[in-house]
Amino acid sequence: MDKTINIKVRVWRQRGPKEKGHFEEYDLKNISTNSSFLEMLDVLNEQLVNKHEEPIVFDHDCREGICGMCSLYINGHPHGKDTQVTTCQLHMRRFSDGETITIEPWRSAGFPVIRDLMVDRRAYDKIIQAGGYISVRTGAAQDANAIPIPKPDADEAMDAASCIGCGACAAACKNGSAMLFVAAKVSQLALLPQGRVEAAKRAKAMVAKMDELGFGNCTNTGACEAECPKGVSIANIARLNREFLKAKLKD
Amino acid sequence: MTTIDSKIPQGPLAEKWTNYKAHQKLVNPANKRKLDIIVVGTGLAGASAAASLGEMGFNVLNFCIQDSPRRAHSIAAQGGINAAKNYQNDGDSVYRLYYDTIKGGDYRAREANVYRLAEVSNNIIDQCVAQGVPFAREYGGLLANRSFGGAQVSRTFYAKGQTGQQLLLGAYSALSKEIHNGSVKMYSRHEMLDVVIIDGRARGIIVRNLVTGEIERYFGHAVVIATGGYGNTYFLSTNAMGSNGSAAMQIYRKGAYFANPCYAQIHPTCIPVHGDIQSKLTLMSESLRNDGRIWVPKKKEDAEAIRAGKKKPTDIPDEDRDFYLERRYPAFGNLVPRDVASRAAKERCDAGFGVNETGLAVFLDFKYAIQRLGEDAVRARYGNLFQMYEKITNDNPYKTPMMIFPAIHYTMGGIWVDYELQTSIPGLFCLGEANFSDHGANRLGASALMQGLADGYFVIPYTIQNYLADQIQVPRIPTSAPEFEAAEKGVKERIAKIMSIQGKRTVDSIHKELGHIMWEYVGMARTKESLTTALQKLKEIKKEFWSNVYVPGKADDLNTELEKALRLADFIDIGYLMALDGLNREESCGGHFRSEYQTEEGEALRQDDKFSYVACWKYMGEDQDPELLKEPLDYEFTERKTRNYKN
Repeated sequence: MDKTINIKVRVWRQRGPKEKGHFEEYDLKNISTNSSFLEMLDVLNEQLVNKHEEPIVFDHDCREGICGMCSLYINGHPHGKDTQVTTCQLHMRRFSDGETITIEPWRSAGFPVIRDLMVDRRAYDKIIQAGGYISVRTGAAQDANAIPIPKPDADEAMDAASCIGCGACAAACKNGSAMLFVAAKVSQLALLPQGRVEAAKRAKAMVAKMDELGFGNCTNTGACEAECPKGVSIANIARLNREFLKAKLKD
Repeated sequence: MTTIDSKIPQGPLAEKWTNYKAHQKLVNPANKRKLDIIVVGTGLAGASAAASLGEMGFNVLNFCIQDSPRRAHSIAAQGGINAAKNYQNDGDSVYRLYYDTIKGGDYRAREANVYRLAEVSNNIIDQCVAQGVPFAREYGGLLANRSFGGAQVSRTFYAKGQTGQQLLLGAYSALSKEIHNGSVKMYSRHEMLDVVIIDGRARGIIVRNLVTGEIERYFGHAVVIATGGYGNTYFLSTNAMGSNGSAAMQIYRKGAYFANPCYAQIHPTCIPVHGDIQSKLTLMSESLRNDGRIWVPKKKEDAEAIRAGKKKPTDIPDEDRDFYLERRYPAFGNLVPRDVASRAAKERCDAGFGVNETGLAVFLDFKYAIQRLGEDAVRARYGNLFQMYEKITNDNPYKTPMMIFPAIHYTMGGIWVDYELQTSIPGLFCLGEANFSDHGANRLGASALMQGLADGYFVIPYTIQNYLADQIQVPRIPTSAPEFEAAEKGVKERIAKIMSIQGKRTVDSIHKELGHIMWEYVGMARTKESLTTALQKLKEIKKEFWSNVYVPGKADDLNTELEKALRLADFIDIGYLMALDGLNREESCGGHFRSEYQTEEGEALRQDDKFSYVACWKYMGEDQDPELLKEPLDYEFTERKTRNYKN
């Protein structure tokens, strides 16, 4: 049989972006330790709906750690204390019987709360739209093997590209900086010959957009890397800084 | 009687697409600016279509239900994407990819569509590399490949175990470029609730703004649906929580045919169910079958001891392990197609050799690969999948075999489209998993990504012009038109009806019950009896939903329970269509296995003389069964054989 635990959750509830939020406490009994954190919230919501109360609103979709939609701040950590997992892959076996779990939304100037635990992360889309791509038209590509790419570069680009755009980096940062997110995309594309052409323009445009959208500056605290569910390295930030500096020197 | 015109171009198989492109109508650049195209969905098919159409100069409006277009469930595809590059010099070709795909689909797909898919597969890889997709490479800097089920060549390109993510982010980056350029306008957190038909043509959609609950109207000269499959009909599946079949059902109710709904794919390698509050199932990539060996104990007493926790899998010596896929299918071994692997697992579990506490699991063992290649090489290939498995199950797959069991993963059936990907409603197109077109009765691994991107990058940009060429004189129709008015009214009435029920059941509790019915009676092995029972039970559950569901909150507000309720109402109707179609199809083919039709060895037995057709279901009203129309599948170029993966 599954092991079960009894817990108390303190959940941030907020009707809308302009309204005042507060913590609400709920007791949960016999939660299987094999269930995921979001399944625990499903159980809670089912209970609320059965009592004709409105369920807690939170973002979630793939529930296998890749879509980047889930976004909870659990006991003071984005995606909880377990390392290299998203909230949806965090399991209740990481919590103990009788524990009180505090659940908050991302708290960052760039991500206003929509309701309860759901935030607006369109700022990240806007940063990508500013230049996080290679300007190639459909159908204009040459043979895929025409330009060999050294395996270490391709692997490093892949590691940077594994960012899921969840926003944990900005949520973890005391300055609310989106540098790790921006750096991951700038790095991925700067490491590949196809992306070199626009590298300077890209770095400048994405950083400018990030600043414009109210994200803070990077002071190298490393909190983003520590909390990133995909383990994206802050070495990418160093690369972004190099790209940015090179671009500025050319101006 | 309605006849079905699939609009297959004339000529030899290999020249059809070239001929089509040479003779289709085009829209000139000045006129493209005057034409609006609505694209619903931002997965591989939707994002690649929106980006490509925007680049060409059309005005594109793109909708998705998630907070960002980057979240669509294509992102979760792990293993890879097929292409006939033959970079490995192992004898691959466009024809061979075509042949494997049509055979893998158990000869229930259109030859011309599948050939085109194989033909454009190579362009996809070129396109993605140019976008900066970091595919795996060899030390010489060239692209690496691996093998997938149903093929004897290595033609699968991959980016670790995150190929779908990287391809989707490639398409998302192209889409972002076009949003920046102003050719695509993006509407995230918006859900389509109906299509608007004016004078017989699709001219717009009604959507619900998921943040405010407001109902909004949008006009388009053409509408493209790319909203994915309906696997969540089963409640538990590998689909995302939000994945749904509602857009497909909306257009079905407006006259688009639903084709082959019973073809659902059950993926052999998923993490087994653990309890009754489970919300979804997690896939373990098919690529694991390259190096993992599937087995159950040879002796029943060993299986029983493992189930009781008295023995560990590592206690079973090699000679007492039954590598049943290698035993039954020597030529393909662990790399048989998904439907074959799933049924073989079910057969062993039904016979009492299953493991896990429930008896509903088999082992996927990497001991042999680790002995052969070393742990580091295995980690380099599958590290992220192993990590995912360990996070979920708390077992370390480097030390003990994984446990896996089949689960609903993909739906081959979907909205009927012709060769141009146009539905039976003019101006309404359907791409990717949402359509029925290319996989027949079973999809091969690494072919979904291929089809989504083929449809979006390389097919729709051509075929939609052929439709729009004579629409250039049509002015933008104001959304105050009576047809928009009527469609919006219908949507609002449906919502009001659901809100007014105020019953006793939560949406999820009814959805779970639906899932049990589907898995039990319309699952891996179906019979006339089970399907008849399903139809009855589905009628009852429909009644239960419409009389006893409870949705809290308000309609004109953010309301996640209402979103789920609207989708569930459609899942119930889809379930009914699936059972009806399964009952009609008295044969076993691909993912559709009717126990009455099997060989002595338990393999699927097709009835080509009776069922070599696409079953197209035409909506006839809410309380009537749909009408069955048949599109014959004439095999002109390929000889149909019984699928053989033994030798």
